[in-house]
Amino acid sequence: MAAGQTAIEAKGVTKQFGAGPDAVKALDNVSVSIRENEFFTLLGPSGCGKTTLLRLIAGFDFPTEGEILLYGQDIAPLPPFKRPVNTVFQSYALFPHMTVAQNIGFGLEMLGKPRSEIDARVTQMLQLVRMEELRNRRTSQISGGQQQRVALARALAPAPKVLLLDEPLSALDAKLRKDMQIELKRLQHETGITFIFVTHDQEEALTMSDRIAVMSKGNILQVGSPRDIYDRPSERFVANFIGETNFLAGEMAGVSGGEASVKLTGGSVITAGIPEGLKPSGKVTIVVRPEHADLVQGETPADLRGVLENVVYFGTDTHYYVKLDGSPEPFIIRQQNTRGGGQGFARGDKVGIALEAHSAQVLRD
Amino acid sequence: MAKALSKAEQVARAMEGQQMTRNRWLSMPAVLFITVFGIGPLILMFIYSFLVAAPYGGVVWKFTTDAYVYFLFQADIFDGTLQFAPDFLIIYFRSFVFALITTGVCLVLGFPTAYFMATRPPSQRNWWVLLITIPFWSNLLVRTLAIMFIIRDQGLLNGFLIWIGVIDKPITLLYTDFAIVLGLLYSYLPFMVLPLYSSLEKFDFRLVEAGFDLYATRRRVLWRIIIPIARPGIIAGCLLVFIPALGAYVTPLILGGGKHLMIGDLIAQQFGSGRNWPLGSAQAFILMAAVLVALYFYVRNTSGKVTHGH
Ligand SMILES: Nc1ncnc2c1ncn2[C@@H]1O[C@H](COP(=O)(O)OP(=O)(O)OP(=O)(O)O)[C@@H](O)[C@H]1O
Ligand SMILES: [Mg+2]
Repeated sequence: MAAGQTAIEAKGVTKQFGAGPDAVKALDNVSVSIRENEFFTLLGPSGCGKTTLLRLIAGFDFPTEGEILLYGQDIAPLPPFKRPVNTVFQSYALFPHMTVAQNIGFGLEMLGKPRSEIDARVTQMLQLVRMEELRNRRTSQISGGQQQRVALARALAPAPKVLLLDEPLSALDAKLRKDMQIELKRLQHETGITFIFVTHDQEEALTMSDRIAVMSKGNILQVGSPRDIYDRPSERFVANFIGETNFLAGEMAGVSGGEASVKLTGGSVITAGIPEGLKPSGKVTIVVRPEHADLVQGETPADLRGVLENVVYFGTDTHYYVKLDGSPEPFIIRQQNTRGGGQGFARGDKVGIALEAHSAQVLRD
Repeated sequence: MAKALSKAEQVARAMEGQQMTRNRWLSMPAVLFITVFGIGPLILMFIYSFLVAAPYGGVVWKFTTDAYVYFLFQADIFDGTLQFAPDFLIIYFRSFVFALITTGVCLVLGFPTAYFMATRPPSQRNWWVLLITIPFWSNLLVRTLAIMFIIRDQGLLNGFLIWIGVIDKPITLLYTDFAIVLGLLYSYLPFMVLPLYSSLEKFDFRLVEAGFDLYATRRRVLWRIIIPIARPGIIAGCLLVFIPALGAYVTPLILGGGKHLMIGDLIAQQFGSGRNWPLGSAQAFILMAAVLVALYFYVRNTSGKVTHGH
């Protein structure tokens, strides 16, 4: 969906805080390109360097090494107030001495736009975030969710080329959060601005993004569409961080048509996808999502065998925990109840597991 | 209405009421102290200002408005007619000018100082506050005398300037208006820095980044974000400097050498060598009225700016 020009490109960016023995590498040789008009998400656990990357793009900090390009131009010489980039701060950082309207109009005012244009734009922004009636309120007199929307409107008003959003929804309750997710998607669609969105909530990342970059310890591990990231994680960390996962040990039996044949410990041979640039050989780990496996009766042919350890009913679906022969970790299977899940099996049964074709993926270990 | 209240609410209200009364009693000693020693003398002075001066100090209990009349007029020696005499007014005017200059320079010097202190790591900040308060550890009189030694003709400053060859004979600094303002500045600078620091210390410096993000230059961030938010501290600091500077007594006495009077010295004179207590009381009351009027306009202007933005 998001094609076209590269809006932001990081080339070998390293950011080190401090020096000597207690230096922290918040970013370690990060390279990524973000396309114009894309909803791009940085996903990763606390402390992995997401905020640091945004701050480098916004210009509040400078890379120790590497460069950041905006539409092909190195932005290092530009101070933050000259970059066509706006930020929605994690803390909102609204100006407490100004009204909602003054906050939203601040950027345009600093750009020297005429009063009439500012007023019109502020009105338009207030409509966009559905807050017309709070125009003249102090920002200390509105709720957290409303403050968040003001922060959003304030960053959008100058129509930046790129909007940076640092966990802008983290402080909201579940319901408001859902609404705001939808609203954000709508805004991005309507304004055509490139969004770089930071979150450590994997579900939020999956539902909102065009592409996701999964980060860990200052590195970007994988970049891809939500479906890529979920179905074809390239590393153990990515697979583990997003959703529930089963890891299986196996041995490479050959490569054909870009897919690997892997001989599992149980004896059966399955096909699995290979991450880009990996040439697997010898012992490998493969990953299978719980919904890509089926439980079958013990006697029927199956890829894996074991004993059913636990059955957990979840309303829409049922989770099975199978103790595999020769593996300490239980294998998890998720079946939708409308498709026959939750029936026919009981704890202690000897069962087989059939993997869906092409559902497995070899990991870069 | 009362019936609609639940039992729990009634209990809560009763307790709240009890607490309020108890708190009120706790504050009684303070209220009593302020009334007796703060307002009491003011009332006394007010009454004195309408009495007749006794020949050797003190008052004669007879009502007259002479004190206020002689503030502006002088009786002609020959025919006793009243003539306009602006001597006191000039001293008042000079005092206001000195106090204003002191406040302005204190603000200009104090703001960067307070900003510097507030942007140090939290562990260092208390040390800086301590350093600012060091002058308070010694007596104002001693400190003022020290300034006198520094700036007099044979003092450190002139000696140094002659030694490095900038000048060849001393510049007279002592007993000038400059000396008075310098002394006032030195005495009251901490009263500007501390309130400024306390409001800047609470300032959320992420707002500065937000300002930069929204295309505000450094200068704009200062004028549009930092200063407006620090305004309560600025107002407090200005009042804490302006009001005592206006009534300063020791500094102009020592550094002005008695030639350049300020209001404080004038009033003290009436109670001392002038032996005119009613006139001194009237002068004190006129000063107070002037300060209150100035304050009224100042606060009305600045608080207006706060609420209406821009
Ligand atoms: N100014 C700084 N000085 C020293 N270390 C820093 C500084 N800023 C960040 N770090 C370190 O850099 C690493 C990355 O920090 P960053 O704020 O980018 O994490 P994050 O991914 O945004 O985490 P979170 O999800 O908790 O916001 C952390 O280990 C952090 O301690
Ligand atoms: Mg962060």
